[in-house]
Amino acid sequence: MKNRFKLLLSLVSFCGLLAITQSLVAAEVIHEEKSLYRDINVVQTGDRRCLIFNVHRGDRNQTCVDVNNRDELIFSYTKMSFAGLLLTPEPKKILIAGLGGGTLPLAFNDLFPDAQIDVVEVDQAVVNVAKEFFFFEENANMSVAVNDARVFVKRAGILGEKYDYIILDAFGGDYIPEHLLTQEFLEEVKQIMTEDAVLVANTFSTSRFYDHESVTYQRVFGEFFNFKLPTSGNRMIITQLDPLPPRGNLITRSQALAPSLEKFGVPLLEYPNRLSTRVDWDMSRRVLTDQYSPANLLQGN
Amino acid sequence: MTVEMLGARIMAPYFGGSISVWGSLITVFMLALSVGYLVGGRLSTRNPNPKTFALFFIGAAISSIPIIVFADAIMRPIFLTIEDPRYGSLFASIFLYFIPTSILGMISPYSVRLMVDSHEHSGHMAGLLFFVSTIGSAGGTLATSFYFVLWFDVNQILWGAVAVLLLAGSVILLINYLLQKRATDSQVLGYEKQI
Repeated sequence: MKNRFKLLLSLVSFCGLLAITQSLVAAEVIHEEKSLYRDINVVQTGDRRCLIFNVHRGDRNQTCVDVNNRDELIFSYTKMSFAGLLLTPEPKKILIAGLGGGTLPLAFNDLFPDAQIDVVEVDQAVVNVAKEFFFFEENANMSVAVNDARVFVKRAGILGEKYDYIILDAFGGDYIPEHLLTQEFLEEVKQIMTEDAVLVANTFSTSRFYDHESVTYQRVFGEFFNFKLPTSGNRMIITQLDPLPPRGNLITRSQALAPSLEKFGVPLLEYPNRLSTRVDWDMSRRVLTDQYSPANLLQGN
Repeated sequence: MTVEMLGARIMAPYFGGSISVWGSLITVFMLALSVGYLVGGRLSTRNPNPKTFALFFIGAAISSIPIIVFADAIMRPIFLTIEDPRYGSLFASIFLYFIPTSILGMISPYSVRLMVDSHEHSGHMAGLLFFVSTIGSAGGTLATSFYFVLWFDVNQILWGAVAVLLLAGSVILLINYLLQKRATDSQVLGYEKQI
């Protein structure tokens, strides 16, 4: 009995010690920077390095990377951005709004080295941090424009440029900036989509705002795939100009593409069954427009 | 301030929501107000009267209407000719907001002149006016950013602001008319009595 107690005690203290060393490992801030838009922190926990915006408000990590296994994508939502490949399997011209740590464009560049990738990021400081700490590099086929996504898309539309894979992943202080949520913006995005293009928009699956956003996308694109995973608080809106393909096509494509995505840790085979067209939002909500887009006010409610 | 808060929203579709857009907007509002103060002060030295005062409100209301009606027509060519959104938003701010804001700036110094009847009271009156106008600005900012954008379209709020300015102008004209009428009536009355 006594021995058993001792054993328990030593086990408890061992666990305690483990927890202490863990937490010691946890808190190494390797870079801090105040940009015009946000506080940027780079925090390393063991091998895992994360980009965190506005750390004092308890915001979550924007991007994490395993410094010893850089290919592996860590967050569900980053992996979910690849679900668009089920609709457009071989993108040639890709637009990504919002750089973060740059893991998403790097993975796309790795997968499709011949595709032209344009990234738009409003904050120069984020570009610098992605390059310095997250192994992001521009190359002949991949470049970053420091600009507002709305301005970039509008100008691309006027110049007649088209993309066949567009990822909207631009987040500001609280959420997606208001002017990147409106019907007018989505119409402008539509203008720069090729006929077979896919649009992948990263949004949150919680908050009252979910309804407004869903209604707005529906107004512009009609039916879309709603892509949610139990492991993630994000909801991807995946849509194209043509009517959505049947599930059979998605499954066939996922089988063909899954091997090439394995090294990034993207479980593409699981995705087709998660793409839903069921309306699970309040259809009576108001469409967001340039005239009416109180997004940041709605979010808290 | 209501217009200023909405100003950024109006320009965002063309010039984005970057911090330089706010910079342009605030710069132009400050420049316009300073010009307005100067001109308003100068005008107050020449026969100050409530009618001119009322015209400031009506002028500001009318010159605000293009923000609602022609915003796209004004911003599109600027967007097409100026590629840098910093200068684009600066020029757009000038064309959209300079005139109404400078007219609004004329109100403060002019009302000081109308309300001050002696040198001793001038500081007190000016303080009171700054107090009222700045409290009003704070209220407009808060109401617009917290509530109006949640309840109304941007253009509806702007029409509301135009209506308030027109109403203020008309009330001043009406009061002025009634006071003048009473004055002439009593003059006529006094004249008749003398006879």
